[in-house]
Amino acid sequence: MNMKVDLCGVTLNNPVMTASGTFGSGAEYSEFVDLNKLGAVVTKGVANVPWPGNPTPRVAEVYGGMLNAVGLQNPGIDVFCERDIPFLKKYDTKIIVNVCGHSTEEYIAVVERLRDQPVDLLEINISCPNVKEGGIAFGQDPKAVEAITKEMKKYAAQPVIMKLSPNVTDITEMARAAEAGGADGLSLINTITGMKIDIHRRNFVLANRTGGMSGPAIHPVAVRMVYQTAQAVKLPIIGMGGIMNAEDAIEMILAGATAVSVGTANFANPKVTEQIVDGIRDYMEMYKVADIKELIGAVHDR
Amino acid sequence: MPEKFEEIVSIISQEKIAEGIYDMWLGTEEIAAHAKAGQFVSVYCNDGTKLLPRPISICEVNKEEKAIRLVYRVAGGGTAEFSQMKAGETLRVLGPLGNGFTLGEKSAFLIGGGIGIPPMLELAKELNCEKQIVVGYRNDELFLVDELKQYGEVIVATEDGSVGTKGNVLDAIRENGLKADVIYACGPTPMLRALKQYAAENDIECWISMEERMACGIGACLACVCKSKEKDHHTNVNNKRICKEGPVFRAEEVEL
Ligand SMILES: Cc1cc2nc3c(=O)[nH]c(=O)nc-3n(C[C@H](O)[C@H](O)[C@H](O)COP(=O)(O)OP(=O)(O)OC[C@H]3O[C@@H](n4cnc5c(N)ncnc54)[C@H](O)[C@@H]3O)c2cc1C
Ligand SMILES: Cc1cc2nc3c(=O)[nH]c(=O)nc-3n(C[C@H](O)[C@H](O)[C@H](O)COP(=O)(O)O)c2cc1C
Ligand code: FES
Repeated sequence: MNMKVDLCGVTLNNPVMTASGTFGSGAEYSEFVDLNKLGAVVTKGVANVPWPGNPTPRVAEVYGGMLNAVGLQNPGIDVFCERDIPFLKKYDTKIIVNVCGHSTEEYIAVVERLRDQPVDLLEINISCPNVKEGGIAFGQDPKAVEAITKEMKKYAAQPVIMKLSPNVTDITEMARAAEAGGADGLSLINTITGMKIDIHRRNFVLANRTGGMSGPAIHPVAVRMVYQTAQAVKLPIIGMGGIMNAEDAIEMILAGATAVSVGTANFANPKVTEQIVDGIRDYMEMYKVADIKELIGAVHDR
Repeated sequence: MPEKFEEIVSIISQEKIAEGIYDMWLGTEEIAAHAKAGQFVSVYCNDGTKLLPRPISICEVNKEEKAIRLVYRVAGGGTAEFSQMKAGETLRVLGPLGNGFTLGEKSAFLIGGGIGIPPMLELAKELNCEKQIVVGYRNDELFLVDELKQYGEVIVATEDGSVGTKGNVLDAIRENGLKADVIYACGPTPMLRALKQYAAENDIECWISMEERMACGIGACLACVCKSKEKDHHTNVNNKRICKEGPVFRAEEVEL
């Protein structure tokens, strides 16, 4: 039975990865999961310099999910290269670095700094709803998506995966723009912008007022967007959004994802990523699937 | 060796000890053996629509029985769910989490405000020094006072004046002319802020236990930060993670 998948020319031991921002660089969760069992670890977004992030409260629970407005707090690329990459290199897993910036120049600075680093793939976050400049501004206009993708391809040594926002009218338009810009792969979805109000205090629960919604409540939206995107472009897709268990992950793969990222579920169950790998294997045994590639995009009409 | 454990624990007992305040003993495999005063656990809800664990301080540890005690206030849906559970039922818990209090030998104030009182019980047990335990409540719905008395002198303040000093914990300290060389405190932010100032004015060491909304509870998601005076070694900015570097900080290290 084969669980290996090819993602932009990089072979993953299995399709299960972590979603950026929910797993740090793996150190904390390594007390609960064997990182060697994961296809890849996708790190928290990193910028060229340290970012302090947003004021607190940064998270709020909502029915079937949560909102976050962490604001891409990160220690900056230098500390990241000195500490986090060597940590991850100790494991038999692939390293995907999530990159953020306020401007094209800032994205370029990170991607250039990573050129000689032992990193397998880059995931470019052009879809963070929680920072004022940059982030999502790059991800909501097809021309901007194409332009930033081109710039990333110009400077990157590793394959470039563009992470798309669901906060758009037509995700396939953004996906095509990234493909036109030369992207090697796509990640979707980032969080859906939401808001929560405390009716007793009559204030916003998050200091940032709005936050990105994640968790099981967004899963059907994510599955639909992954499916539509898989129909629209030829690029490999990393599917994410509300994956809580192996069933959700398999659904995403059937919709067209080559790999999946697990985010919010880690908060509800710190061992979930490893359990999802096992659950996919059980499913393959049950249905006698010899190669996981048979499942990618295998959904059909009833 | 791992220091944090995710366990299905069984409820040994659960009791209502004041209006809206519940007292629960949990039987653990490993958590009790590794727990110390000032640490907390993440308690998961059985209701799957509530994804995030609820952080609750460890009120008491019984290493022989491998048990931990949580005392909590019903604040919303999650704690309401816990309060309905009975002995024999199980909960999923992650812990022990956070740093806990740094124990010393100087004469100490242990100060708890409202639902910040529970962690003071285990601290009072573990501290081997002269202790004055100052606890503030809203009204005469007191809890844990008799148990705290086993470990030191207890001074009570109530907002409505129904028991002890009328006012807050600092009013009680001033009214009784109390003195100590170190403060350990847990409670609402205005109380912590006042104690930080009091400690600075009187030049005494002050440790406070802080609270913030959490998601992972183990330092991975950066939800629960507070502003710190020094650049933090992990985050490389002036932010510390309350769930990891905290919840207990030297008062002068953090902004309130
Ligand atoms: C380190 C730490 C130790 C704590 N120790 C205790 C204790 O010993 N006893 C006790 O009664 N309470 C304690 N709390 C507060 C307790 O976590 C909240 O009262 C509880 O999470 C409320 O959950 P709920 O579902 O009942 O309320 P809801 O308001 O429905 O909760 C919604 C969301 O907000 C979060 N939340 C709500 N209030 C708080 C809060 N004050 N702090 C952090 N998150 C919150 C919940 O975890 C949940 O994710 C502690 C908090 C922290 C951070
Ligand atoms: C607390 C938190 C922090 C996040 N930080 C980032 C980030 O730094 N970069 C990024 O591209 N996405 C970030 N995300 C989005 C996730 O990677 C993911 O796209 C989204 O949460 C949907 O997946 P989920 O429902 O499994 O969490 C974050 C999500 C959460 C909940
Ligand atoms: S709750 Fe995730 S870092 Fe503290």
